[in-house]
Amino acid sequence: MAEIRHFCSFTVDGMLVGIDVRQVREVIRSRTMTPVPLADPSVAGLINLRGEIVTGIDLRTRLGLARRPDGAEPMHVVIRLGDGAVSLMVDEIGEVIEAADVLLERPPETLAGPVRRMIAGVCQLPGRLLVVLDIDSAFAFGAAQPSQTGEE
Amino acid sequence: MDDMDDIVREFLVESREGLDQLDRDLVALEQDPGNRDLLARIFRCIHTIKGTCGFLGFSRLESVSHVGENLLVLLRDGARAVTPRRATGLLQLVDAVREILGRIEQTGSDGEEEYAGLVATLTALHDDDPAGPPPPPVVAELPRPATTATIAAVDTTVRVDVALLDRLMNLVGELVLTRNQIVQHPVVEQDGPLATTCQRLRAITSELQDGVMKTRMQPIGTVWNKLPRVVRDLAVSCGKQVRVEMEGEDTELDRTIIEAIKDPLTHIIRNSIDHGIETPAARLAKGKAAEGRILMRAFHESGQVNIEVIDDGAGIDPARIKAKAVQLRLITPEQARRLGDREAIRLIFAPAFTTAAAVTNVSGRGVGMDVVRTNIERIGGAVDVTSVLGEGATLQIRIPLTLAIVPALVVTLGRERYAIPQLCLLELVRVAAADVAAAIETIDGTPFYRLRGLLLPLVQLSHTLALTAGRWEPPPSGPVNIVVLQAEGATFGLVVDDVNDTQEIVVKPLGRHLKAIPVFAGATIMGDGQVALILDVYGIGQQAGVVGATTRSLVDEPAGDVACRLGGPRPLLLFGVGEGHRYAIPLSAVARLEEFPSSAVEWADGREVVQYHGGILPLGRVADAVGCSDETRDGDLAVVVYDDGTGPMGLVVGEVVDIVEEPATVPSVPTGRMVLRSCVINGRVTDILDVAAVVAALGVPAAAGAIHG
Repeated sequence: MAEIRHFCSFTVDGMLVGIDVRQVREVIRSRTMTPVPLADPSVAGLINLRGEIVTGIDLRTRLGLARRPDGAEPMHVVIRLGDGAVSLMVDEIGEVIEAADVLLERPPETLAGPVRRMIAGVCQLPGRLLVVLDIDSAFAFGAAQPSQTGEE
Repeated sequence: MDDMDDIVREFLVESREGLDQLDRDLVALEQDPGNRDLLARIFRCIHTIKGTCGFLGFSRLESVSHVGENLLVLLRDGARAVTPRRATGLLQLVDAVREILGRIEQTGSDGEEEYAGLVATLTALHDDDPAGPPPPPVVAELPRPATTATIAAVDTTVRVDVALLDRLMNLVGELVLTRNQIVQHPVVEQDGPLATTCQRLRAITSELQDGVMKTRMQPIGTVWNKLPRVVRDLAVSCGKQVRVEMEGEDTELDRTIIEAIKDPLTHIIRNSIDHGIETPAARLAKGKAAEGRILMRAFHESGQVNIEVIDDGAGIDPARIKAKAVQLRLITPEQARRLGDREAIRLIFAPAFTTAAAVTNVSGRGVGMDVVRTNIERIGGAVDVTSVLGEGATLQIRIPLTLAIVPALVVTLGRERYAIPQLCLLELVRVAAADVAAAIETIDGTPFYRLRGLLLPLVQLSHTLALTAGRWEPPPSGPVNIVVLQAEGATFGLVVDDVNDTQEIVVKPLGRHLKAIPVFAGATIMGDGQVALILDVYGIGQQAGVVGATTRSLVDEPAGDVACRLGGPRPLLLFGVGEGHRYAIPLSAVARLEEFPSSAVEWADGREVVQYHGGILPLGRVADAVGCSDETRDGDLAVVVYDDGTGPMGLVVGEVVDIVEEPATVPSVPTGRMVLRSCVINGRVTDILDVAAVVAALGVPAAAGAIHG
């Protein structure tokens, strides 16, 4: 008996991306962020989520996609990660999609770029593909690369 | 005697808890006579009580529980079966023990009662079950103690999970922020009743915050208690005799800090024994007692905790430290020659001094002292060492009370705000726009500022954060704000766009994605709900290259450095009083420096006062205390605000001259009643005043309430 999984779906740069609903804590609208100098470029800033400080990560930058057009307000998908939380900044929130886990296929070999190591698999839906994110590897940042300062 | 009382009280509380459990277990045992786990637990409990009261000298209690223990051994080993009679006998024992405990609590001794009947009953139960009815319950002759007595020792404490306290702390932090948002709301200012409510909200929240903070406090004794054992073991293995003494074990600290200082403290103690204390033979040869002594002291001072580890060992030889440092190429021979003894001793904190083989030859300490220093500085503390060769060494640690809420200076850069923990803050310098070009000099594009003779390297925050790059360029207009900071003994000036204010911030950790960035220590939420990053002064210093080249910063500290150091040369506030008299007081006694126009002086209760921060600040004129003429009855008053903990008071001085370091060598001059000693500072004879004596002489009453901020 195949297990049915539920994916919270959203779009980034036209791509339909899903993550397991159990990993999603909440979805919130865009809010003021405090930028973090020297952080990884995909770190868009910090938000105050009811007293908790949550790192906002722009999924477009993270996946190496085109920048979000100016004026487009991102949505935040707050996910549980380890003992804390991070917020994924996406374009639009979609529906919760049900899929049997047997339908989840390995990412095609031809897929290259940063996307490849961050996805757990691809799910064929009628008329579209759902790219399922592998949260752990997607956010396994190495030591953040601080850009060189002008001090030397 | 007090210590003894505490031990007895603890024994009483623990034993009562044990007895309650024992009651339940014995009853359960009767139902389930074969249960070995129950038996083992009952045995352990009685055994513990017996052992402890033997140690505390309660011989009656000991002998009674001893008989019970013997019976329990038989039961535990299966030599005798658990019968109702035996269970009854044991329950009677529990009652008797409870009674004796009650007596100990009331009278401090376990009384004269022999409990011969009970002992006989229990002894009889050792034999195989005699036939016949159970003996009449002995309980009848053992009246239960009054219940009120039992409650006294038991009910005053509650054990709470630390995680719950942490959560409460977080919630209180949130409440503080929410309160700040409400209090700053424009509506509040227009609405009278609402303003009153907000005032109460403010007061209650502060009190709640204090209360919750206190719940997380633990006496430093909880860490220290483990050290005598460490000392003993180490002393034995080194063939030395060491005695540990403690002062101020009840000094309280946040438990997170307690955790953080455990290892450094152990390390320091280990070093003291390993390298500091000599062997008994060597000590006797030097005319010291064979037994070495390590004194640990802890005390609160100006919102921080000071911990000192003092030994009476061989001390640290600056010459050998220097030689070793030169050999390790930490410093050049030329630097070594210029280096003062105090600075030389501080080289033990230099990172390269850790490499194992290099250290064992040195008579000083050194193993991992840089780790100690780093660990202490990571929690916002500072560490220093002083030593008198042949007489011993003193390690001083100064740490904040808590890590969760810290006072911080908020600065602005671009559109963002950043918080700088005040612990690293030395002073603020504002260079007026007109003076920028002259006051800030560059060497090969790197800016410096001359701060009272010290060449202060300037670090631009915008450069450090990689928001801008390139050479120093003065701002097109406006002043330059320099925040003078200290890390790892190095002093540098951080150039920011604007300096806002100081406030208490709740430190929150950064997500793991950002942990690797050394220049941030965490983040906090400002009153308006926005997030601000907390700067890690040490990380900034390293990033900018002013800290980290440790030897340079250690060596190049000039005398008269603004750095406020621990111990040793204390910073002094220098001021003039009357015609040409120079006085100094320790800077640590100074809460603030203020200037008031003489028109602000009012009179209350026959003395001069000024209105100050919404309160009344009583004034006293130093000139009156030291008995010299005072020409400043008109014009502006220079006032040193002094706070000995009972409340602020103002000492009127002639003029504030400078902040200097106390000279190390002191010409011996007879001192007066209010003068601690006299010395020559900046070429002038200066009396160092005993502030407490001056205040007492002036009879200045403290204002109610301390100054905040």
